[in-house]
Amino acid sequence: MEKDILLEIKQLHKSYDDRTVLDGIDLQVHKGEVVVILGPSGCGKSTLLRCINGLEPIQSGEISLDGQSISSAGTQWHLVRQKIGMVFQSYDLFPHITILENILLGPLKVQKRSREEARRQAETLLERIGLLDRKNAYPRQLSGGQKQRVAIVRALCMNPEVMLFDEVTAALDPEMVREVLDVMLGLAKQGMTMVIVTHEMGFARAVADKVVFIDEGKIVEESNAELFFTDPKTDRAKQFLNIFNFDEEKG
Amino acid sequence: MASSGINVIFEGSNLLRLLNGLLVTARIALVSVLISGVLGIVLGIVMTSKWKAVRSVCRVYLEAVRIIPILVWLFIFYFTLNLELGGEVVSIMVFSLWGTAEMGDIVRGAVGSLPKHQRESGAALGLTNVQIYRYVIIPQTVRRLLPAAINLATRMIKTTSLVVLIGVVEVLKVGQQIIERSILEVPTASFWIYGFIFLLYFAVCYPVSLLSKRLERKWQS
Repeated sequence: MEKDILLEIKQLHKSYDDRTVLDGIDLQVHKGEVVVILGPSGCGKSTLLRCINGLEPIQSGEISLDGQSISSAGTQWHLVRQKIGMVFQSYDLFPHITILENILLGPLKVQKRSREEARRQAETLLERIGLLDRKNAYPRQLSGGQKQRVAIVRALCMNPEVMLFDEVTAALDPEMVREVLDVMLGLAKQGMTMVIVTHEMGFARAVADKVVFIDEGKIVEESNAELFFTDPKTDRAKQFLNIFNFDEEKG
Repeated sequence: MASSGINVIFEGSNLLRLLNGLLVTARIALVSVLISGVLGIVLGIVMTSKWKAVRSVCRVYLEAVRIIPILVWLFIFYFTLNLELGGEVVSIMVFSLWGTAEMGDIVRGAVGSLPKHQRESGAALGLTNVQIYRYVIIPQTVRRLLPAAINLATRMIKTTSLVVLIGVVEVLKVGQQIIERSILEVPTASFWIYGFIFLLYFAVCYPVSLLSKRLERKWQS
C-alpha cells in the first residue's frame, strides 16, 4: 500500500561558492514515514535539512511539499515554515521569555490563533513531556535535555505536517540523550512524519522506516531500516557502520 | 558675622535661575537621548546589513561624528550653517547626531553578539523578518546593550555643558553669571555655585544609573 508523498526532493544541488555540498539529491518522504539520514560529518546531511525549510538557498533542483513547489523564487517562506517544524542541535529557546511564551510565540504571532486555545495545546504538550510544572520557568533554569524537549514541543505546537530534527542530541550530556529520543520515538508512534539527522545508531534503527545514507553530497544507499543495518549493500555504508561496531573489533 | 558664602545660592532669585538652567540642560539631554535611542536602534540594525555599501556609509557617518569634536559640530551647525533655529534646537540636533551614531554602534555590537541560531529558530517557526526583530532580536539586544546605553546617556547629559559656547543659557552659564555678579562681595561664590551645580548634575545622573542597575538585576534573575 503506497501512502501519499508529503515531501519530495528532485535533483537538489547546493554549493557554497565553488564547493559542492549536495550533488543531485532525490528523496521522497511519505506521510507518516520516519526517514533517518545518516552519513559521516560534513557529508551534507544537515545542509539538506536546512535546504528543506529554506534556511539555505539552493542552486538547482526542486523541493515540493504536499505537491506544491517550495523551491521557486517567490516562495513565501514564513508560510511554508508553519508546515515544517525544525529542531536544531543547539536547542535555541529564546532566553528572554518563559517556556510557555517560547511555545506560544509561533501560534500567536505567526498563526494568529487565540491565546486560550494555543495555551491549552501547549499545556497538553508540556504535560506529555512531563514539564508542565516548568511552564513559567526561563530557559536557563532548565537542563539541556529539558530545553531540547521544550524545543520539540515549540515546533509541535504549530501543528506541522513534517518535523525536521538536526542532530538534536549531539550537544547533550549523554545522560540526557535518552529523554529526548523517547519524545521522538513517541512522536513516531503517533504517526508524525519526520526527517531525522542523527549519530545515534541504536536510535536510528529503532525509529526509522527508511534510512538514507549520504556521503560527499550524494545518496549512496537508501533502504528499509532493518535491511540497512543488517545487510548494507554498499562498501561505503558497511565501512561507516563498522565505526560504530565495537564488539566485532574485540571479538 | 558676614554672610557665609553658601547664601549666594539662595540670594534673590538665584536658586530659581539655577534650577531653570538645569531645566534647559535636562531638556536638551532628554530630547537628544530619546531621539538617539530610537534612531540609534534603527541605525544599528541597518549597520548589520548584508550590503557592504550600506555598512560603509554608516561607518563614515560614525567615524565623522567621532573624529570631529562635539564642540566643532556645534559651531558648524550654529555658525557655519546658520540655520537660525536658536541655540537649543541646534544643540538638540547636534547631540542627537552624536548620540545616534554612538547608540548605533552599541546596537550593532549587541545585535552581532546574538547567536545566529536565535534568528534561525525564529525563522523556522515561520516568523517574518520584522517579527524576528520585534520578538527575538530587539528584546534580547536591549538587555545586552543597557549598560553601554546608560553610560552614553549620562555622558550626553554631562556634555550638554558645551552648549554654553553657542549662547544657550543652561545651568553652567547661569552659574557663571551669578558668580560674576557676586564675586566682589562673596569671594567664595565660585566654590559654592560650582559645588551646587556638581550636586545638580549628580541628582540628574545618579537616578539614571540606579535605574540601569535595577533593570540589569531584574533581567538577570
